[in-house]
Amino acid sequence: MIEWAMAASVTLVAAAGLYLASSRDLVAISVGLALLGAAVNLFVFAAGRLGQAAPPLIAPGAVAPLAAVANPVPQALVLTAIVIGFTFACFGIALALALAAHDDRADADALEQAEPPPRPDGGPGELP
Amino acid sequence: MSGLLAAAPVLVPLFTAALTVALARRPRRQRAASLGGALILLLCCAALLHGAAGGAVVVTQFGAWAAPFAIVFRIDRAAALMLTVNAVLAVAVLVWPSRGSALATPFGPPLVHGLLAGACGAYATADLFNLYVWFEVMLIAALGLIVAGRTPAQLEAGLKYLVLNLFGTVVLLAAVAGLYGLTGQLGYHALGMALAGRGDDPLALLLGALLIIALLIKASAFPFLFWLPAAYPVLSPPVLALFTALTTKVGAYALLRVLHEVFPAGAPAYTPVLGWLACATMIADVMGAVYHYDLRRILAFHSVSQMGYILLATALGGAAGIAAALFFSIHHILVKANLYLVAGMIARRAGHYDLRKIGALARSERALAGLFALNALALVGMPPLSGFWAKLLILREGFAQEHYLWMAVAVCTGGLTLLSMAKIWIEAFWKPYPAPTTTPGTPLPTRAWASCGALSLLALAIGLMPGPLIDFLVAAAGTMAPPVARPAP
Repeated sequence: MIEWAMAASVTLVAAAGLYLASSRDLVAISVGLALLGAAVNLFVFAAGRLGQAAPPLIAPGAVAPLAAVANPVPQALVLTAIVIGFTFACFGIALALALAAHDDRADADALEQAEPPPRPDGGPGELP
Repeated sequence: MSGLLAAAPVLVPLFTAALTVALARRPRRQRAASLGGALILLLCCAALLHGAAGGAVVVTQFGAWAAPFAIVFRIDRAAALMLTVNAVLAVAVLVWPSRGSALATPFGPPLVHGLLAGACGAYATADLFNLYVWFEVMLIAALGLIVAGRTPAQLEAGLKYLVLNLFGTVVLLAAVAGLYGLTGQLGYHALGMALAGRGDDPLALLLGALLIIALLIKASAFPFLFWLPAAYPVLSPPVLALFTALTTKVGAYALLRVLHEVFPAGAPAYTPVLGWLACATMIADVMGAVYHYDLRRILAFHSVSQMGYILLATALGGAAGIAAALFFSIHHILVKANLYLVAGMIARRAGHYDLRKIGALARSERALAGLFALNALALVGMPPLSGFWAKLLILREGFAQEHYLWMAVAVCTGGLTLLSMAKIWIEAFWKPYPAPTTTPGTPLPTRAWASCGALSLLALAIGLMPGPLIDFLVAAAGTMAPPVARPAP
């Protein structure tokens, strides 16, 4: 049951992220990629198998846990991935807002500074 | 002790980055610390290379965990050599005068060393999740270098770079998680053993394909290349030299490891597709190089086109294919980064990157013309320069495996490369100056000559004496890959 709920939520969040990322609004693109990253984080967590288990703590003096415990590896992985994903979400949104401040449209179609369109005679456009 | 040495390629740049942040208000000291850090990195890498040449493989398992649980750094011949080439290039780029580029800002040196730490970590690691982390370290440092100037064009280039690369890393993470879910392993070696018999398991093949797609995005292969020519033309020459040497090459190297170390059982399913993608990369991008007139854009399209050769050699596989891919990477790092620096010198003398606005440099700048010609011919593959041996190794293995169509594409691409290099030569050096009066450019500092000259000499040495390097790389490939079956003669 929990597996199906998890699978459904990963799919839903990933779909929402992809939808936003394919938008033309720059802030929406950044948020969409952050959502896509969040979906993948859930997937990383689920890859370590779901289920009810004790926290992965080893009793003093023992070298291995005595009972069944939760898998600690995906937890460590997903923590790392969350931090990284958060950094890039912040950076992306800040970048989109900085571009919006220059252009006031924040539209993907308006991004022609770095790749100027061809000249009327068909030759490649030039940078300043 | 050897454990510390294995971590040194990451620790030294990270420490230098922290130090240069602390010195951010003192530009002279910051630059000195930055160059000093790069030199120490070079020494550490040379020590690792010296050990690896004797056959020693330095392995560090962090946190003293046992074999399949620890994050492992594993530096064998191939990794040590790539690390050393990286460090050499970092020193050359930091010697090159950085005035007016992102490297001259207070953010520049810390970001450069962050980029180096990411690249070195990706070469040294033997753990898929750790590889993902190093790619992210590289990405954030690269983005910082792109947007350091804060012009609208740079912000725009940064956003394009960010969106496509971030999508790549999300795919990479999903593939790593899937493989972990399938096998319970993350280390290259442990994954390789767990995936050994699963060459026909559809789930393993799907996850492997996802991983390869992610690395192809990082290596800017066709059809995932669009972030690279979009971002490169707004950057300054030293940043371009660093990017071309570090970012895409790490993607190609990781692909080599994944294909031949992590999932060799799946390689027969992937290599035909990879070979054709490599051909598309070579031909599509050299067309872009022939079309454009901006020096940096021409060279950016070339960078991608040459990635096609590396991917083609990776697809051929076997010890000879891997050796060819590594040889081509090294040749490309030295020659291409140098060409970006030479382009910077051309723009500094002539005043512009657009070939339609400059000319007549052959008369006034004979030494610069010689430097450009040497590197352009090496890139094209003129014997006896390094590019000739790099392409010969690929062609020889391709013909031995009877992939005639792929080889035909590779040869045609060589011809078109010559065409676009000749275009730069004719436009910038031979044709008369287009404007009525020549605008006097700024004089070239000695450090620019020293940096470009040293890189040229190194590439020339590889071209004149390729034997030792090829032997070393064949030995490196031998410890990396199982032999491939060739068609019977």
